[in-house]
Amino acid sequence: MVDGRRHGDDEEFAEGRARFEETIAADRRVEPRDWMPEAYRATLVRQIAQHAHSEIIGMQPEGEWITRAPSLRRKAILWAKVQDEAGHGLYLYGAAETLGADRAELTRALLEGRQKYSSIFNYPTLTFADVGVIGWLVDGAAICNQVPLCRTSYGPYARAMVRVCKEESFHQRQGFELLWTMVRGTEAQRAMVQDAVDRWWWPTLMMFGPPDAASPNSARSMAWRVKRHSNDELRQRFVDMTVPQAERLGVTLPDERLRWNPERGHYDFGAPDFAELARVIAGDGPCNAERVRRRAAAHEEGAWVRAAARAHAARRGE
Amino acid sequence: MAEEWPLFEVFLRGRRGLNHVHVGSLRAADARMALTHARDLYTRRNEGVSIWVVRSADVTASSPDERDPFFEPSGDKVYRHPTFYDIPDDVPHI
Ligand SMILES: [Fe+2]
Ligand SMILES: [Fe+2]
Repeated sequence: MVDGRRHGDDEEFAEGRARFEETIAADRRVEPRDWMPEAYRATLVRQIAQHAHSEIIGMQPEGEWITRAPSLRRKAILWAKVQDEAGHGLYLYGAAETLGADRAELTRALLEGRQKYSSIFNYPTLTFADVGVIGWLVDGAAICNQVPLCRTSYGPYARAMVRVCKEESFHQRQGFELLWTMVRGTEAQRAMVQDAVDRWWWPTLMMFGPPDAASPNSARSMAWRVKRHSNDELRQRFVDMTVPQAERLGVTLPDERLRWNPERGHYDFGAPDFAELARVIAGDGPCNAERVRRRAAAHEEGAWVRAAARAHAARRGE
Repeated sequence: MAEEWPLFEVFLRGRRGLNHVHVGSLRAADARMALTHARDLYTRRNEGVSIWVVRSADVTASSPDERDPFFEPSGDKVYRHPTFYDIPDDVPHI
């Protein structure tokens, strides 16, 4: 009897695995209650949670400028953008929950440093030009990363990304427009834009992750079609997209090796400082401690609201 | 009392004349709050004219397996489809 049952389980397992592999091979989507390998589930939870945390922590660098925006128009735009980033975080936490992850536990993992967020949000926003450069470059890089994720193999993640990508295009355009306005202003404004570009260019290139040769989990993610392009491919795509935009703005990208390569049909460019990337990911960036401290404070300050709403619902018998 | 707000599934009617469609989930203390959260989260750009929310725990679902015997009754009834019937090509409007 015991043997018989175990044999049945094995059969069910083999059938589940076969169906999973068939689904991936046919480029169809895996849905929440389908059988999936534990490693696939764990990889997705880690990636989606990290993505969600990035959206939420990413509200901080730009959020700091909402009260200091130079006009009501810029303030309304920035506010809407930061609200969108909160929305992106919530879509993604929702997607992670379909895999059996628990939202409160994910928040704890972020606050306790057990899960990461994008290295880019550990850099400070020193001037209002940084808001424009974040929209243009950082959201631009995020779009490069996210568009292929609209076809990632896990259904709820792919659907969340479709929603996110629709909203990102506003983010990038408002950033470019902000810079376009500034570069047509005074000499001081143009210098402010160039300074922001100088500071954000390399950290933006690091957003695509370590070079392919040093990215050991990439191959498996590609085989599962969670990931569809390598880090270096996406980085190249971003550089190719961005150089003509920089030329139009009249800013210089701070890379002496940057030049068009007619043989490759791509721009050649220098390598970001991946040692710096590793340091920032490990917690030693300019703002890591401040970002997590701020997130923890918001969570703690909201505790009474969460408790009061629960008590209210309980009293009304819900 | 559970520490966490319960999970709700959100359904949107994009515009009049369409069905409500599942768009995702969110957490809220009660159904009323789930509605306002759903408005803020899923309709920031006029994506909906009507919202339904339902506690995820209250959803009863069929097995995810597409080839589940559950769907077998419709598998062999080709005569339910209009293409099953041979009708001369020159018969109009059918
Ligand atoms: Fe975002
Ligand atoms: Fe964004």
